[in-house]
This record gives sequence, C-alpha cells and structure tokens, in this order.
Amino acid sequence: MADIAFMLLIFFLVATTMDVDSGLERVLPQMPPENQEQDDTPPIKERNVFSVLLDANNRLMVEGELIRVEDLREKAKEFMTNPRNLETLPETKPTEIPFIGNFEVTKGVISLRNDFGTQYGMYISVQNELVAAVNELRDEMASSTFGKTYANCNSEQREAIRMAIPSRISEAEPKMVGGKK
Amino acid sequence: MSKFRKSNAKDTPAVSTASLPDIVFMLLFFFMVTTTMREVTLKVRTTLPTATELSKLEKKSLVSYIYVGPPQKQYTKMFGTEPRIQLNDVFAKVSDIPDFILAERAARDEAEIPFMVTSLKVDEFTKMQIVGEIKQELRKAAALHINYSSRKPLQNK
Repeated sequence: MADIAFMLLIFFLVATTMDVDSGLERVLPQMPPENQEQDDTPPIKERNVFSVLLDANNRLMVEGELIRVEDLREKAKEFMTNPRNLETLPETKPTEIPFIGNFEVTKGVISLRNDFGTQYGMYISVQNELVAAVNELRDEMASSTFGKTYANCNSEQREAIRMAIPSRISEAEPKMVGGKK
Repeated sequence: MSKFRKSNAKDTPAVSTASLPDIVFMLLFFFMVTTTMREVTLKVRTTLPTATELSKLEKKSLVSYIYVGPPQKQYTKMFGTEPRIQLNDVFAKVSDIPDFILAERAARDEAEIPFMVTSLKVDEFTKMQIVGEIKQELRKAAALHINYSSRKPLQNK
C-alpha cells in the first residue's frame, strides 16, 4: 500500500510545478484602423503629459531630468494629484462622482517610451512603479472616503475610485535611438 | 524502582508502520492539490523580473503563454544565444504569433474568448525590441489583455 502511494507521490513531485503565475496586468491599446489617415484627436497640452523615457543604457529620464527608479513613484504621485495647483502640473476637471461628490479629476497622462535596447527587467520595474503610484493613490482615496483599503471595497466603490483616479499610462512605440542591437 | 526499569530496558518495540500509508497518502493529496501539471517543456531560459504590484492569473485554462529568452544549453548550437520566442513546444518567429493566438482561440469556448489573457514570460535581460514586436503582433491579433509574468522580490524592502 505504502509503496504504491510512494510511487504516486514521486510521480506528482516530478511531473508538476508549484509556482503560482502572477504578474503585472496591462491592457494594450487597440490597433488603429488602417484607413485612418490623420488622427482628429485634439493635441494634449504639455503640462498634462508626464513623459517617462528609458534609453538603451537603462537610464531613466522623467520630465527632462535623469532620476532613479526609486524616485519615480513619488514623482508620478505628485503629477497625478497636483497638490499645490502648480502651473506646470496637469489641469484638473471637476466631475460629479457617486459616493465621493465633486472631485477634481486630473487630466494627466503618463507617457512611457522605451528604446529597442532597453532591458526588459528595467522596463518592468518602471511599469511597476507607475502602477504602484496609481494603486497607492487609490488606496489613500479608499481609506479616506470609505475607511478601508481599495481591495476591500465593493465593485461600486471601486468604480467610483477608478473614476476619481484614472490610470492613464500610454506607451509610445519604441524608437531606435541607442544604436547597437 | 527496579520493577519499572526492567521491562523498559529489555526490548523497545519497533515503530508501528501501520499508519505509514496514511501519512504518504496525505502528502500525496497535498501535492496533488497545490501543484499544477507542467504543460510545456521549456526550451528557453526565463529568469523573470521582480515586481511588487502583482495580480494573480485567475483562470489557468484561459491563459496562453509566450516564452522569450536565451535558448537552453542543449539548443545553443542550433539556435545561438540570442533571446528567442517559444510558443507551445517549439521555437517560433514573431510572425507566428497571430496564428498561435488564433489557434488558442479556436481551442476555447466562444463565450470565453473575451476573457483570454496572454502571459508573457520574458527573461529579465532581454532587449525590449523583441518584446515590442510581440506586443505589436498581439495588438494586430486583438489579444489586448496581457500579463507581464514576474515574481515577488525576496525581501520586502
């Protein structure tokens, strides 16, 4: 009896893996229709764009400054909230949101562009920081309005928070600038 | 006192093995429940990058995997050391991805197609060029929901 069970046990140990698959979830933008010649979307104002650039040597440039990955989260949060109503940070648009009431929703867009030579690991850590910034803001909002974390809110409350703090991360198509494949 | 010691010192009874099958079965069921079957043999090496904002892939049956990384040792003679794409059990080119997605869709129920996720298992040190091309192909195939597979950092700050 034990022998048979041992054999089965060893079979399962060899043939299976234990890792749970988890990762950063993203949604790619839709492919534009091919016959679309000129795009008629209005241009986005300079102050509403948070430009994040990654070069072939894994250097990170945000809004024209070289910074470290560790500082990106704070910068992104400041950009998304514009706490002191600065001229250089994005405009806000008052919107009526259920549960929360009138809220100044940011018009900011995070624009991420990487080089062909950028390392994937670096790209993921930058993406991770940007997602983390949005998640932290949502968590703060959830605890101040509903008194619990975003993960514990029900779907209507989450919807309201998502409206108040949208996650707009757009990725430009990569450019070949750094040379050297 | 001697009365007690005598009976103990003579021969300790052997450990009963009657419950051994029970223990082994318990282990067996534990592993059967917690693990998943290996579906493909990996031909590329993928050391996943680390990230903190992870979300779990919920329905395993709706996930299709794309592996990218340098080929394993035994394949380097044929395929070199540059990162390559693996779909199912074979090495593939970027242009094979739309067909792969179509095949994956055909294997699922029609109602489940909108919930399909593509999981990208890409090696940390891969250059973004290949990843960018894959993303472009996925957009063309309208498989927009993707998941950059990554693992938790070992220590929390």
